Amino acid sequence: MDNLGIVLAALGAAFAALMAGMGSSNGVGTAGMAAAGVTTEDPSKFAKVLILQALPGTQGIYGLLIAFITLSQIGILGGDSNISVAKGCLYLAACLPMGLVGYFSGKHQGRASVASIGIVAKRPEQFGKAMVFPAMVETYAILALLVSILMITSIGGLNI
Amino acid sequence: MADDQFVYAVARIRAKELTLLDNAFFDQLMAAKSYKECLQLLSDKGWGRNGEESAEELLSIEREKTWDLMAELVSDISIFDTFLYGNDFHNLKAAIKQVYIGEEVPNIYITHGTINPEVIYNAVKQHDFSLLPEHMRNCAEEAYQVQLHTGDSQLCDVIIDKATLDTIYSKAKESGNDLLTKYAELKVVAADIMIAIRGAKTGKGKEFFMRAMADCVSLDKNRLIDAALTDEEAIYEYLSSTIYADAVLSMRESSTAFEKWCDNLIIRNIKTLKYDSFSMSPLAAFILARENEIKSVRILLSGKLNRLPDEFIGERLREMYV
Repeated sequence: MDNLGIVLAALGAAFAALMAGMGSSNGVGTAGMAAAGVTTEDPSKFAKVLILQALPGTQGIYGLLIAFITLSQIGILGGDSNISVAKGCLYLAACLPMGLVGYFSGKHQGRASVASIGIVAKRPEQFGKAMVFPAMVETYAILALLVSILMITSIGGLNI
Repeated sequence: MADDQFVYAVARIRAKELTLLDNAFFDQLMAAKSYKECLQLLSDKGWGRNGEESAEELLSIEREKTWDLMAELVSDISIFDTFLYGNDFHNLKAAIKQVYIGEEVPNIYITHGTINPEVIYNAVKQHDFSLLPEHMRNCAEEAYQVQLHTGDSQLCDVIIDKATLDTIYSKAKESGNDLLTKYAELKVVAADIMIAIRGAKTGKGKEFFMRAMADCVSLDKNRLIDAALTDEEAIYEYLSSTIYADAVLSMRESSTAFEKWCDNLIIRNIKTLKYDSFSMSPLAAFILARENEIKSVRILLSGKLNRLPDEFIGERLREMYV
């Protein structure tokens, strides 16, 4: 039971990386199918559809970032890894926003990218507008990233 | 996974939609001085294979290209069977007539169907209707007996046409796809209205209408039959109280105008369903759009071949999908 704190915190880090990565892989995969479809018919649109396909990939990076910060804060990457159960729970809670929002926003951003790839297929000159739709979903992933970072970096200073 | 299975196919179709003929191209075809020039324009647009085909070959190649593309895009092509049942039932009619007259008649079968025309012909010839799929068996048996014992080809056709509509309607509903359901509904509506008008003109009785008309949601079959038993005006009056009120204007104009209205109605309705990137609807819409443009090109080419006035041809051209 002495190590429960570090176990919970590590679980949080794994959760953030895992869920956000799953969301991104789903989104990038779905958008990739649409991008491949358009490129089959018109290879000249490769660059444009590739950018749209890559958009849902950011959640995975955010998840990795959160996992990395958490691991360094709890001492797994070096330093003192002796943290209380309460702090472990807080680290786990801090990782939840990025994990959950990362999963759902990655998945839905992928769907928005698919629809935008459809725009590029028919009206390549509207690429700028097509980018905006999936980019809107990114807002919520960034908000979750900010909340997770604020929480993780503040927990270390708490005296519990 | 099921949700993603059409993503690749729909994206390809989105890009393919750019190759569909638009109104500007039809204006160009209309402005062409001769039939040959039209064929050349179509060939330049990528229609046909080597630019030396006749009009019928050209249209047949284009239809084949559409189905080849669909076969490449989806693993189970039977999802589009709703569009092909009509061909099967046409082949059934042809087989019954061929067996009845006992002579070989060339080129009467349509190749794109869900069943091989040879199977249909053998089923009729051997009177073994178990060779046919379930939805065809009863009507094939009934139509065959009517043709054989009474020689009444019109009644034989009525039986098969009704079975065609019922099959399209029920199979589309079974598919659960919005576009196919809408297509089947409009197909039945157009056929029922046409039966009502023709029946009213030729003074058909209630039994005929009951036998010929199929059920649908957006029209009250019984009220349409009552109107058809009265006169054409009663049909117009009933239709004016439905969502198909704008059909009356075209019906008053001519049967050709009404046929055009029916095709346009389907195209207008599918346009609203084509933006779904995750279902088979854009693929089904593409098939209908291709059929629609093939029909328009056929009208235009036969008009040009027979040197008909441009206004005459223009009145008959369908609305384009793009």
